[in-house]
Formats: sequence, structure tokens, C-alpha cells
Amino acid sequence: MDFEETLSTSFEALILNKTRTALSVLGIVVGIASVIALITLGQGSQKAISDQIESLGSNLLTVMPGAQVMGSVRSYMGSVTTLTYEDAKAIAKSPQITAVEAVSAELIRNTQVVAGRANTNTMITGVMPAYAQIRKLEMESGVFISQRDLDSQTKVAVLGPQTVSDLFGEGTDPVGENIRINKINFRVVGVTESKGGGGFFNQDDVVFIPLTTAQKQVFGQDHVNTISIAAKNEELMEQAQNEVGYLLLTLHNLPEPEQADFSIMSQEDIIGAMTEVTSTFTALLSGIAAISLLVGGIGIMNIMLVTVIERTREIGLRKALGAKKKDIVAQFLVESVILTGAGGLLGIILGTLISLALVKMIGVPWTFSFNSYLLASGVSAIIGIVFGFYPAYKASNLSPIEALRYE
Amino acid sequence: MLLQTDNITKTYQLDGIKVHALRGVSLGIEKGEFVAVMGPSGSGKSTLMHILGALDTPTSGSYFLEGKDVSQASDEALSEVRNQKIGFVFQAYNLLPRATALKNVITPLIYAGVGKKERVRRAKEVLISVGLGDRLENRPNQLSGGEIQRVAIARALVTNPSVILADEPTGNLDTKSGDELMKILQGLNESGHTIIVVTHEAYIAEYAKRIIHLRDGEVVDGL
Ligand SMILES: Nc1ncnc2c1ncn2[C@@H]1O[C@H](COP(=O)(O)OP(=O)(O)OP(=O)(O)O)[C@@H](O)[C@H]1O
Ligand SMILES: [Mg+2]
Repeated sequence: MDFEETLSTSFEALILNKTRTALSVLGIVVGIASVIALITLGQGSQKAISDQIESLGSNLLTVMPGAQVMGSVRSYMGSVTTLTYEDAKAIAKSPQITAVEAVSAELIRNTQVVAGRANTNTMITGVMPAYAQIRKLEMESGVFISQRDLDSQTKVAVLGPQTVSDLFGEGTDPVGENIRINKINFRVVGVTESKGGGGFFNQDDVVFIPLTTAQKQVFGQDHVNTISIAAKNEELMEQAQNEVGYLLLTLHNLPEPEQADFSIMSQEDIIGAMTEVTSTFTALLSGIAAISLLVGGIGIMNIMLVTVIERTREIGLRKALGAKKKDIVAQFLVESVILTGAGGLLGIILGTLISLALVKMIGVPWTFSFNSYLLASGVSAIIGIVFGFYPAYKASNLSPIEALRYE
Repeated sequence: MLLQTDNITKTYQLDGIKVHALRGVSLGIEKGEFVAVMGPSGSGKSTLMHILGALDTPTSGSYFLEGKDVSQASDEALSEVRNQKIGFVFQAYNLLPRATALKNVITPLIYAGVGKKERVRRAKEVLISVGLGDRLENRPNQLSGGEIQRVAIARALVTNPSVILADEPTGNLDTKSGDELMKILQGLNESGHTIIVVTHEAYIAEYAKRIIHLRDGEVVDGL
């Protein structure tokens, strides 16, 4: 039997039951749309993360408290308190350290900041003066935290542009104004230039204060969260990593490298770890989407079974006229593949629209992934074949007499 | 001999009870014959027609169609026999309900693999020959009972089969339409077609040249 006839017969049958056809593809539409949206979103946030981290510079090393677990940054913001201001000072001063250009230790807390009647929740980051150099921060106005500020625990603050617009309104210069952190007054001495990026990883939504002030006066903490190190150049990264590693082991009285209570990561390591986190997340969500596709497929099978029963007499008549099993199988398979194919197409369109909206909302870049479209189309066609096969097979096995007799 | 049955039986199992629909039927029909099959309800007329039409296979015995034994043929082969050698007219539910008269007549040609232009041409030709040249695009619900049966005859005819089988084709028709239908079949027979008709009614059987009587699954007269 020729394909054209099979196709037109299938379309006629599907058009006859418009509502049912629409409802039966709904599951596939939702499933495919969520797959597309999730993949796009996952890839977008991955790209956002790596863009941000890369923008920090390729000679940056980050020391974190806690032992390194392969490919994990579990301890990043955790409660491990093995790193101190003294460690950072020692790295800066030690004669054994030759490959390091600048060192800064940081204490980071999310806290409410108040200016007049405005307030915002932001990252209070206690830093050392070298931080600006290491993170390649430029000043929009005023000055950064100085060594004198650090030594005498002054209450001065440098704001990121996002914090400025949250507290003082966009385009204003707040240098000389006061802000309150934990009910303590700080004088604004500078504003950094925008580093770009939005959403989860907004580097502009930040307040810098001297590390010593943060430790002693604001948060009452002796440890630091991270130590940032700039190697003299990219080639010296490994040497810097080794020098810092051995110095910290000595300082912490640890004879063996395996006992290290800290980990030193390059930007690449961090990107790798973050990517792993987002991939796991994406995989998890994709699993859920896959289940919804499965449910959609079962919906298609259900509808096709009903269709077969409804058309028992038609099947019998066709067999009496000379239709072979394979003709009947083809008839119903084509119908279910048309169903899932249409569902897949609608799902791709819907998923693209959803992902465009989500990407805009969250502020990650939109990435076009040809593979996810290919995957979605392939999956929907396969669903049509897999879940359409049983009803089609059932139809083809009807005996013509039984089928004609069917009331 | 166009078709010949050799002691065929058909036994149905119904809730463990055996129903003997046919108890050894042996008959032969020559090319060009016009045969009526009569008998009381339940005597096995439809069962016999189904076997002759390759819609079903006998429990035992053999059935030769144009010299070939089709009593043990595979499902696939039976489909081919039905498509190429048999033309069927049923009592009811004869047509695909959503398809036009033309499309209904075309359908067996699609399964036969006839090209698109050729099948439309042939379908139109037979529809015109049964007097439905102006009903090509009508769907079954836009046709009278008599017209539906004429479409069914056109469809049976379009593949140019060896034999046309009609199981109570006039069962749902009034006398006038029944007569019209039988006249068409008679005309076909006169132009050389072999026709077997099952009927309850004597005036229908009159059109046939030979009448076979069945009772309780056995031929009692007309061999
Ligand atoms: N699928 C089946 N299962 C069980 N018994 C069946 C089946 N088909 C037919 N029979 C039985 O076989 C016998 C012959 O049936 P058949 O349909 O051939 O009769 P018939 O002569 O065509 O009757 P009618 O004139 O009422 O159409 C009947 O007793 C019927 O009940
Ligand atoms: Mg009958």
C-alpha cells in the first residue's frame, strides 16, 4: 500500500477527532517543551558561570578551607574554619614564595545594608587591598580599601554598582555618604566599575570593607572564607600552587600533603566543579522531563488502543478487501507517529518560548542547542513508534470475520 | 472447476461446547456459474461463504481455488487471495464510513498496488457501470441502501476477481431495490462473472441458475 494513501487516511482519522487528538498530544507537548527549556537553561547557566569565572583572570588561584573532595566545592561557603588572616599575611611575606604576585584573604557574609530609608541584602566582603589587583577591579570613583584601613580597622566601604543603585539610585555618586551594616556606620569611599553578569552570579551586587573590620567589628570571626592569590603569570600557576601548598602545610603543622585542611583551586578547577554541579542539576531535571515524556507516551498508547477498538469493523473490512498485517500496522503506526511528531514540534516551539522567557528572567545567556532539538524530535518520533506499536500490532491481528461481526 | 471444496468442516468452540457449523461440505463450482445458497438460519451459509472467500479456513478438509489449495494458506497469502481473486458484498457495514464512494471502490486497488491514475480510472468505470456515475463523491451517509450495495458491487468488481461472493446482499433492501441489485448481478453473470449469492428469499434465488440447499451444516440439495 502506498505511503501517500496511508498518510492521508491517517490525517483524515485524526482530524475527525480533533479534541481527542489535541488532548492526546498534550502530554508529549509538555514533555518535549520541558526538555527543551531545561537543556537551554542548563547550558545557559553553565555558560554564565564559566564566563564569570573566566573574567576573573587566568592567573588566579583560590585557597579554600577544608580538604579537597574530587570535583566538589562543598566546602566553599561551608563551616570549615581552617584559613586565617595570618595565613594570607604569611604567604605575602614568606621568602620561599616566589611565584606569587598578590594575596588577599576574604570573609564573606550575606547581610542587610541600610542607607537612609533604603536597604538591600548583599554580599559583605571583607578584603585586603590586593583584592582589587587580583580580581582586576577598576574604580568608578573614589578609592579602594587601603593598607591603612586594614591596619587600623577603619569603617569604610567600597560599593559595587548594583549596590549603589539599590541604595542610592542609579547614576548617583555615594562617595562620602554613610551606610549601616549590622547597625555600624560605614563611610563610602569608593565605587567599583561594573564587572557585568546578572542573576545568580552578579559580581556588582557587593560591599567591600576592610577584612580586619569585618572580622573584629562586624561579624566577630577569626577565620576567612577564601584566600585569593594572583600568580606572577600563567606559566607559574603550578609553582605558585606548590609553594603556597607547602607553606600552608607547615603553618598548619601538617607533615603530609594528604592531611591538608585546605584546597587550592585554579579557575579551571572551579569551572569544572561548577559545571559538574549544574550538569547534575540538569540531568536531574531532564530525568523528570523524561518521566513526563513517558507519561505522554502512555497517553498516546491509550488513545491509540481506543481508536483501534473503535475502528474494529473498519479494520475487518480493510482486511477483507486484501489489506495485509503490515498495511494495518503501518496505518496505525503512522497515525501515532503523526501524533507524537506534531506534539514534538509544538513542544519544541513552546519550549523555545519558555526558555527565552526564563533566560531573560534569570539573566543567563540564551544558547541555541541544535542537539537538544534533534534529541527532542528523535525522542518524540521514537515515542510514537514504541507506544504506537502495541495498538497497531493488536489491530493487525484482528481476524477479519471477528472484526466484521464486532458490534 | 473454478472452486472446489473437499469434505470441509468448521467447528467452533463456544464456552467449551463444540458447534459444528459445517459437517463435511463437498461441492464444485464452474467458471461462469450463478449459484444461490439457501437454507434456514444457522445452517452454515455464512460460514461456508467465509471459507470460500478466504476470510476463514476450514477445521478440516481442503478448498481449491483455481486449482490452488487455500485451506491451509498463511494469513499473508489469504490477504492476497481476497484481494485478487475474491469480490465481497456483505449484508451490512459494507463501506468505509468516512470515505466517498469513489474512495471505497479504490481501496482494494490500493492494496493491490495499482498506480494512482489507473485505480481512479478503473474505479470510475465500474461505478458508472453500476449506474452511480453521479454519486462518486458521496459518502455512505449520503447514499441510499440500494446505492450502498451497488457501490459494494462496484468495489467487488473493480479488481476483476475470479468470483463474486454476496452474503445476503439484499437483506436490508426492499423488493424493488433488491430486484435492481439482482439484475446488476445477473448482467455481470451474463458477461462472464462467476457469482455466489446467499439468500433467504425465493424470488432472489430465482435469478440464479443453480440453488444449493444447506441444512445443519450439510448440503442437502443442489450438487
Ligand atoms: N464465531 C462463532 N463462534 C461460535 N459459533 C459460531 C460462530 N460463527 C457461527 N457460529 C455458529 O455456526 C452456525 C452456523 O452459523 P452461520 O453464521 O454460518 O449461519 P447462517 O446460515 O449464515 O445463518 P443466518 O441465515 O442466520 O445468517 C450457527 O449455529 C452459529 O451459531
Ligand atoms: Mg449468515
